[in-house]
Amino acid sequence: MRRQLPFILVFLSGAFMVFQYFVPHESSEFVYEFLLDWLTIIGGFAMVLGIWSLIRVSYDKIQRKRENWGYSVITLAGLFSMIFFGITNWQDGFGFYILQADGLNNPMFVHFFDYILIPIQATMFSLLAFFIASAAYRAFRARSVIASLLLLAALIVMMRFNPLFGAWIEDVANWLMNVPNLAAQRAIVIGLGLGMVATALKIILGIERGYMGQG
Amino acid sequence: MTLFDRLMRLDRRWVFLFLAAVCIAGYYIDYSIPIRVTNEVRSIYKFIDSLPEGDIVFVAIDYDPSNQAELHPMTYAIMEHAFRNNLKVMFTALSQNGPGMADQAIRDITDSVALDRTYNGQLYEGREIKNGVDYTFLGYKPYYAIIILSMGQNFRISFPTDYYGTPLDSLPMMRGVLNYDDVACVIDLSGGNITDAWISYGQGRYNFPMALGLTGVMTAQYYPYLNSGQIFGIMGGMLGAAQYERLADNPGLAIDGMRVQLPAHIVIVLFIIIGNIGYFMSRRRQAMEGR
Amino acid sequence: MDFTTFLWTTLGAFLTLATFSFLYKDNPFYKLAEHLVVGVSAGYFMIIVWHGTMVPNLFNKLLDGDWFLLFLNSNQWWYVFPGILGVLMWTRFSRKYGWISRWPMALYIGIAAGVAVPLEMSNKVNKQLVATMVDIEWSNFFGAGIWDPFSGFANLLIFVGAISGLIYFFFSKAHTGAFGGVAKLGIWTLMIGFGASFGFTVMARISLFINRLQYLDQNWAQTAFDSTNPNYNTGFQLVFWLVVLMLLAYAVWEFIAYLRRRGEASTPE
Repeated sequence: MRRQLPFILVFLSGAFMVFQYFVPHESSEFVYEFLLDWLTIIGGFAMVLGIWSLIRVSYDKIQRKRENWGYSVITLAGLFSMIFFGITNWQDGFGFYILQADGLNNPMFVHFFDYILIPIQATMFSLLAFFIASAAYRAFRARSVIASLLLLAALIVMMRFNPLFGAWIEDVANWLMNVPNLAAQRAIVIGLGLGMVATALKIILGIERGYMGQG
Repeated sequence: MTLFDRLMRLDRRWVFLFLAAVCIAGYYIDYSIPIRVTNEVRSIYKFIDSLPEGDIVFVAIDYDPSNQAELHPMTYAIMEHAFRNNLKVMFTALSQNGPGMADQAIRDITDSVALDRTYNGQLYEGREIKNGVDYTFLGYKPYYAIIILSMGQNFRISFPTDYYGTPLDSLPMMRGVLNYDDVACVIDLSGGNITDAWISYGQGRYNFPMALGLTGVMTAQYYPYLNSGQIFGIMGGMLGAAQYERLADNPGLAIDGMRVQLPAHIVIVLFIIIGNIGYFMSRRRQAMEGR
Repeated sequence: MDFTTFLWTTLGAFLTLATFSFLYKDNPFYKLAEHLVVGVSAGYFMIIVWHGTMVPNLFNKLLDGDWFLLFLNSNQWWYVFPGILGVLMWTRFSRKYGWISRWPMALYIGIAAGVAVPLEMSNKVNKQLVATMVDIEWSNFFGAGIWDPFSGFANLLIFVGAISGLIYFFFSKAHTGAFGGVAKLGIWTLMIGFGASFGFTVMARISLFINRLQYLDQNWAQTAFDSTNPNYNTGFQLVFWLVVLMLLAYAVWEFIAYLRRRGEASTPE
């Protein structure tokens, strides 16, 4: 029961979706729309799982006074203040808005997003600019014919908007993107598509079961 | 130790500092570079430009702050272009922090469209952009593939209300707008896998005209779909955004940023060349020592 | 921009600089920013899911019912079931009842796999194959020149490149002889593709840094000195210099620490 029921459910729902695609009858569309609607709701519950783990890990760190536990206090403070701002608004007198979306317009909620979340997240990602420079310096070597091809294509694409080279480099780069690159990416897309279909079929038919975990 | 050995063993923080210094210098020196428009971008601009007034453009804002550098300028350029041409816009934001990005873009564009401006020699009078009349912001829902599918049936399945909690049917703009059949095109601005879902589950199943705005990292991967006609245009990274800004005659952060790209790219190319010279020198020395 | 907004912008600038300080080395400022963003983004997401999904898609539909009847007396009582399935997701944290969370998971996985089979096949495989095997336009074979991506010759190259690339991915047969030759052509094509990707990636990464430069200069520094601003007062500059001084103080402190370390390292025992 514990093991078999989920697989039966996977098979039934998977087979129905395949069937529905090929037989778009009114009644199958009805079930289809129902299922999509329900999944959105289930998804909402599932999204909370990650946040609960974050709370648990941070709380645990604080409680046991692990190294750098002070920073976990900051994490939790950020989390709970965001939640507080999201359900309150004090533009026309203070009030809690649990079932109305007024909290989304709370200036503090918007400011925390605009001036804390955006700068830090954008900057963290922008550190990659420096790491790619360092990698270009250390790792990008013309060791063999194929590595040289990669290097050459990269250099042309990187120089394509450089006015020093004139218009021809843009033509070459444009051709490179639309011909050899297209061919290569198409091979990858077709391979990927076949792989996805095969995996999906294996999941529906219960051949692939690893995703459910042990037990 | 030769000069190249020393260069190869340089602390990488000097590399960081050098790149930063070049970018900052490039930013503060006043110059501009020519932006040549490619077909991929021009087709998006032409499509939107040719739409009759009142048509709906569906803009999917599927990126987080981490990718705003490349995708935010696209959002701004397309939104402003659409609003100036009296088109209506629908937004979704199917990535975790996407709603905030859309919210910010809407606030900024509302201010900008309120002013009189001249683009490509034509004066556009400022006007007020109203929620529910000129645009609808649907917001975020989990499981993007499912949401994209459900919007093909009816927007109201996943989005009974818009982002601000107003029921869709009470928004004037949404009256009679059922699903993708009622929008002129979908433009997906994305920094991740959501694009694949838009292609396979959205365009692939419901057959609407679709164009992509992508981060540079992803751009090359989506050319096959352009050639097969599944999408009608691609804007790739900051260069793609700059091309759109150029076409719309609305220079913004992307054209400004492309200036700085030039010296930065020269530095990276130099790094690659120096690294390779060092590599070949050391290989030759090893070969000579081995003999 | 009013002074309060400027203070917020300054906070953004400070956090930007704090994050950049990681390039020198890990430090308390970076750690602060890192932990803060994790919490704020989780809290933000929670609110978005609450106001965006839970309330409109579930609770609004059930609220005309009574909670003690499990909302089964509401007009759209069937929405109770996805709610229950959703709650079952939460059993994942229990060792004893964790297995129950597999039911809603199974529904999701089944549906995701079921929609993937026909749609991925049609859009990633069939349409791509069809687009590869187009008639070669002999009348337009050379197009507008060798670099014309829409000539018949280019179509031929795309066909050869895509097929040889696919052959390279086919590992069930040893890559020897003619098959190996085609596979080699395949890997060359793939490498050009990866090279093009890399070139674009460099642009992407640099863009991210440029964006931060633009923020620091246009949103923050320029506002601090913008005396045309109707709300301008000396506070703007004061706040700006305060942050710059703080940064300088930190840099000097780090530099002294560096000199001290170097001094210790060079002192003979």
